[in-house]
Amino acid sequence: MELHNNDNTYTSFDISRSSSQAQENLSKSRRIRNKSVDFDDNLPYSENPRLIYINDPRRTNDKYEFTGNEIRTSKYTLITFLPKNLFIQFHRVAYLYFLAIAALNQLPPLAVFGRTVSLFPLLFVLCVTAIKDGYEDWRRHRSDRNENNREALVLQVGEFQRKKWKKIRAGEVVKIHADETIPCDMVLLGTSDPSGLAYIQTMNLDGESNLKTRYARQETASSIFEGCNVSGLIRCEQPNRNIYEFTANMEFNGHKFPLSQSNIVLRGCQLKNTDWIIGVVVYAGQETKAMLNSAVSPSKRSKLEGYMNRETFWLSIFLLVMCSVVAVGMGLWLHRHKDELDTLPYYRKTYIREGRENGKTYRYYGIPMETFFSFLSSVIVFQIMIPISLYITMELVRLGQSYFMIEDKHMYCSNSGSRFQCRSLNINEDLGQIRYVFSDKTGTLTENKMEFRKASVYGKDYRSSNLTDDSLQDNSITDAAVRSRWKLKSEISVDSELMDLLHKDLAGDERIAAHLFFLTLAACNTVIPIVSQDASSSHGSSDSSGEVKTIDYQGESPDEQALVSAASAYGYTLHERTSGHIVIDINGNKLRLDVLGLHEFDSVRKRMSVVIRFPDNTVKVLVKGADSTMFSILADTEKVDQIRQATRSHLTEYSSEGLRTLAVAARDLTDAELEQWQCRYEDASTSLIDRAAKLRQTAALVECNLKLLGATAIEDKLQDGVPEAIESLRQAGIKVWVLTGDKQETAISIGLSCKLLTADMQQIIINGNSEEECRNLLTDAMTRHGVQPANRKKQNSTRRKNSENGYLEIPDDTKSSNVLQQHSGKEEPDVCAPLALIIDGNSLVYILEKDLQSELFDIATSCKVVLCCRVAPLQKAGIVDLIKSRTDDMTLAIGDGANDVSMIQMADVGVGICGQEGRQAVMASDFAMGQFRFLKRLLLVHGHWNYQRVGYLVLYNFYRNAVFVLMLFWYILCTAFSTTSALTDWSSVFYSVIYTSVPTIVVGILDKDLSHKTLLEYPKLYGVGHRHEAYNLRLFWITMIDTLWQSLVLFYIPLFTYKESTIDIWSMGSLWTIAVVILVNIHLAMDIRRWVFITHAAVWGSIIITYACMVVLDSIPVFPNYWTIYHLVKSPTYWLTILLIIIVALLPRFLFKVIHQIFWPSDIQIAREAEILRKVAPNLRSKPDEDSS
Amino acid sequence: MDTNGATTSSAAGGGSTSKSSSKKHSRKPVYSRFTQQELPACKPILTPGLVISTFTIIGIIFIPLGLVSLSASEKVVEIVDRYDESCVPSDYSNDKLKFIQNPSINKSCVRTLTVPKLMKSPVFIYYQLDNYYQNHRRYVKSRSDKQLRSVSDEKSTKDCSPEDKTVDGPIVPCGLVAWSLFNDTYVFSVNSKTIEVNKHDIAWKSDKEHKFGSNVYPKNFQSGGLIGGAKLNSSVPLSKQEDLMVWMRTAALPTFRKLYGKIEQDLQANEKIQVVIQNNYNTYSFSGKKKLVLSTTSWIGGKNDFLGIAYIIVGGLCLFLAVCFILLYVIKPRPLGDPSYLSWNRSPAGHPN
Repeated sequence: MELHNNDNTYTSFDISRSSSQAQENLSKSRRIRNKSVDFDDNLPYSENPRLIYINDPRRTNDKYEFTGNEIRTSKYTLITFLPKNLFIQFHRVAYLYFLAIAALNQLPPLAVFGRTVSLFPLLFVLCVTAIKDGYEDWRRHRSDRNENNREALVLQVGEFQRKKWKKIRAGEVVKIHADETIPCDMVLLGTSDPSGLAYIQTMNLDGESNLKTRYARQETASSIFEGCNVSGLIRCEQPNRNIYEFTANMEFNGHKFPLSQSNIVLRGCQLKNTDWIIGVVVYAGQETKAMLNSAVSPSKRSKLEGYMNRETFWLSIFLLVMCSVVAVGMGLWLHRHKDELDTLPYYRKTYIREGRENGKTYRYYGIPMETFFSFLSSVIVFQIMIPISLYITMELVRLGQSYFMIEDKHMYCSNSGSRFQCRSLNINEDLGQIRYVFSDKTGTLTENKMEFRKASVYGKDYRSSNLTDDSLQDNSITDAAVRSRWKLKSEISVDSELMDLLHKDLAGDERIAAHLFFLTLAACNTVIPIVSQDASSSHGSSDSSGEVKTIDYQGESPDEQALVSAASAYGYTLHERTSGHIVIDINGNKLRLDVLGLHEFDSVRKRMSVVIRFPDNTVKVLVKGADSTMFSILADTEKVDQIRQATRSHLTEYSSEGLRTLAVAARDLTDAELEQWQCRYEDASTSLIDRAAKLRQTAALVECNLKLLGATAIEDKLQDGVPEAIESLRQAGIKVWVLTGDKQETAISIGLSCKLLTADMQQIIINGNSEEECRNLLTDAMTRHGVQPANRKKQNSTRRKNSENGYLEIPDDTKSSNVLQQHSGKEEPDVCAPLALIIDGNSLVYILEKDLQSELFDIATSCKVVLCCRVAPLQKAGIVDLIKSRTDDMTLAIGDGANDVSMIQMADVGVGICGQEGRQAVMASDFAMGQFRFLKRLLLVHGHWNYQRVGYLVLYNFYRNAVFVLMLFWYILCTAFSTTSALTDWSSVFYSVIYTSVPTIVVGILDKDLSHKTLLEYPKLYGVGHRHEAYNLRLFWITMIDTLWQSLVLFYIPLFTYKESTIDIWSMGSLWTIAVVILVNIHLAMDIRRWVFITHAAVWGSIIITYACMVVLDSIPVFPNYWTIYHLVKSPTYWLTILLIIIVALLPRFLFKVIHQIFWPSDIQIAREAEILRKVAPNLRSKPDEDSS
Repeated sequence: MDTNGATTSSAAGGGSTSKSSSKKHSRKPVYSRFTQQELPACKPILTPGLVISTFTIIGIIFIPLGLVSLSASEKVVEIVDRYDESCVPSDYSNDKLKFIQNPSINKSCVRTLTVPKLMKSPVFIYYQLDNYYQNHRRYVKSRSDKQLRSVSDEKSTKDCSPEDKTVDGPIVPCGLVAWSLFNDTYVFSVNSKTIEVNKHDIAWKSDKEHKFGSNVYPKNFQSGGLIGGAKLNSSVPLSKQEDLMVWMRTAALPTFRKLYGKIEQDLQANEKIQVVIQNNYNTYSFSGKKKLVLSTTSWIGGKNDFLGIAYIIVGGLCLFLAVCFILLYVIKPRPLGDPSYLSWNRSPAGHPN
């Protein structure tokens, strides 16, 4: 329509994330999620575009009230804090339970506890949580205030004046100087650079530290230079959270032109390498993309907590049974005594006195109601049977555990200076039960620092041999070396033969191909060279020509940086890049090339191309891309065919060595072609809708009939310690699956180099192009390797089953021989060769979409290793889901890039690597760390500890509350079912809050069964988590039986001791209080595996504090229990009773423990003994024959 | 929680960039034995020695303790006499309630007790009630400790219903506990010579001095429609009413004893003691037993063999276990920390894998 473009010189230079194909997918999915406004092509802007009048904020904000630039990340204000915080808090079921209990207690017939006392637990948790929330919110308030009060230069009445950030409105024109932070989302109008170029750092937005380029449109840039008074109209889409897209157009000086993502700078970015920029605010405050994106990752719930809820259900059944017993007992008792109740001295339901109350009943509502009330009041008395405080305890414990994980110096990455991060506080213990690890390859297993290794040019293979500088100068290229005054940050070794070729005259096909090859490497990319004078150059020997300039290449993709650096090493130095042209220094001669257009990398085409006009007016299109998509668009000539064959064999060779490959091609464009392309290109790049698809079609116009120039091979180095980490994980019974976007050959070779694949493995390779083919491949593989469908396997299995969970040991673990045997390479004879499954993305499309999933699952789970190559981000998530939905096993996904986000969010535990590819993965993850190898420590050490700790914590808390409640229950049976508690109200409330809470927390944070050395030495100890050894239904029932015994002992020993004595109810209560507190603390002490001074302080301190509280409570004369404790401590019987209770209660537990450890020692037990007795045997004795267990 | 908050705010605004980046450089965790979880620690393991010595020590401590307690309990001489049935005249034996509720009938009753062994002074006199739920929630709560303590709080009787007030004002002491005060009395004589019963210092000292006010006098007590038990002399302050104090320390269990007084003279073996009981207290309505108990005391309290026997049994059991474990470790030792016992090293012979 009226999108007339009479300005032909304009070229859009769409800088976007060409590196990661995944980004596209991600942003696509986001786009769908956000339902951002789609503009209809025919009726542009009818659907409510945002109109921004440049430098006219009043008019801009006239019709629509756009938000100002004030931001608010805080949740509450002083006034709303109380109601809102309470409202949010009461979303938790636990608090509602507290509230219900407290409310019940306020009813007169039910007032079991004093009214204030009963509110105490609820108030306590509410206050603790409110203080925590309040503090966090106060910190947010403070940072908001700092943000809002920063100042920026805003154009006001003709000149730039300082203005607070929070006052900035949409439509205003803002000037930003170098190194300043950008206050809101702005469309660039002009920059200090005449061509309208600006560099920004988006660290705060996506974590990428490299500089990105943004452009002011030529039209506006020039007029900004002329004068300040600009006006115009921007139509842009409604605010959305997609930071990689921006669609708008601008009317300026009668022209109308499109704006894209490269024209906008976002809030939170910093201006770098540019003196100043001027822009117009389009989105402010909460509507900026940064603010819209600042969401927290979704919270996950730990599996153990799920099991815990199942046991909580059992506990509620116990509670109901107990309450019913009390209620029924009460009913029967009342029924039996119904004739006496009026005068019964301890009941007296009737008023017998003068006056009108005579004959009325006192708090008596008939037997049915009394039974019902009795039920309710026993619920109040037994309330802590449901361990509500456990949830709070667990939260605190996990917080403490996270602290130790963060502080672990072994998980600090000194290269990137990044600590371990716990972003989710709910799943610490899941780390101890991981069965599957899904790992990304690039950046996770490898460093993502690319190095150019090999090249195939015109069908000839050149390998970068390790030439030193000396040998370079020995060659005839000395002068070239002298002339090249560019110094790169990294040294790259060059191949002398190729170098020689490049120094021949520009004649002959091979020479021209080599020339074009390197030109393409230097030109066809989005890398920005940053030239700086290296004053302190110590490279004094060769710089006779004076200064040495250092070039730092800033690019979004490490591959491109590597290629550009390599080109520079061969004499093709990319020197300058603007939106319209690039300058390449070829052996000292500067060559200026006009860039007519650029088709960025996308995941469909898997290639990128530039259209370049040479100084001699010829126009070439230079393409580089994945070989799979490149070979299909080559010209069909004999020569090309020949080269294609040679190159293809080179590519196979390269990728089998684990190198990342790209094919490079080029061709000349005729004038006609150019014109047609240019026309379409303008159209596509200014279109507001479907721009990507249109550009793709446009690209197809020129990306055809290409002449193959060669191929590159880039090495992606393995990170430190990856093979060792994988080996340990494997021994620990964790299956490591690698999901990568790379090619199959590359994936296999990386798999070999990181010891994931071994030579003795049988590889099952599935590369299907249709559903049928995939099905055949799968069934074929299954029959060949004897894989049985899972359900049949279960029936046939004679393997040890974990009885409660029906958990089936995966064959690999039981089969695999012990550590030491594995080290010596011995294999048990009955073990057939382990299987490795290699499957590509194409096949996965068919398999995951169709109902071949179960076949894949069967085969994949019986394989030792699974490698998935060429997988799209969503497929990664699909594979994780395949395992997650079909097994109970815990999954962990680890990755560093945006393409791993879906997988990280899908897995039970998501781990992000703070790497080169930005913070997307980290933001979505539950844990984040610097390197892959930390995973070993995270799982084997911290995971193990946390699992053990939390498992014990849960069981102990169940026990602790149940033993107390059962004790109360037995007593109630002796009080005519009248829900009397011998304990004072305060003691009942303090029991779980003060008397016994601290030791469990301390033990949950600090206890550890084995040292990290032992755990790392015997990775198989991790199997404890797989077998659910620290927490399972059997343990729960054993604990409950133990609890029953202990509560009976607690109740009956004092009962027998003080049978027919003068003991009063408060003395008895006091005795019980002390006894139960000492008992549960000694019980805990018996299970503590590591006593540090804090543990001592907590355990013994709790007992002392209990005594202190008792003394205080018994010193208040108005309480009926006045002076009780003073009386008791003088009596030897009291002490004898307590001692007897402790010993008798714990004797069965101790005995059970000893017997269990003698006859059925657990792995942990043995390793612990070995560790403590320093008897870690270096060699293994032969297995004792008599041991037939 | 903290980490989340921090990242959100920095991602949101990016205001504190310089701060966070400078922090980033010094982010290496500071080494300390605490943060690396390497504090010096005691790591107990159940070695055979530890197990055996634990059992042995428990045995060695418990058996003597048991013997001492048992002998102390054996030394206590106790006379128990149940009188609730026998003190009802035979013509009322079918309607005991009528007997006890009729104030005009003389309730006195003479019992003769034989001293089995020499009872050294002081001999404590208890009354024991049975099936009497002094620990019933309605009963335990039916009192006002404030009112007992000071005169100014005499109106705080809200928990005392239905014995809270009369038409003349609040009852002091109010509530069911005080109302049901025990009112049987005992007069002892040996060979027609009356034995003096010391009724002082039978309540806790703390009760006398702090809990029951010395200026609080009984008011309107037992003046309602239903008399529950003993009356109090309204000219004696509560701090001197020791029977009330004893009664108001409500018992923990439905069978309980309460101290009635002390006989401060030795009772010779085979002496016949005559007790004249005023059998006033109504336990017949809920078929509770009443017993009179004369008992000496020892450091362990009254006569109760339970502790002694329990200690001896537990001690013996522990010694037995110690012996068992010694044998076990001799016969079938498991070397501690032997990696060959690790599950993956043990033979799968038992499992056909």
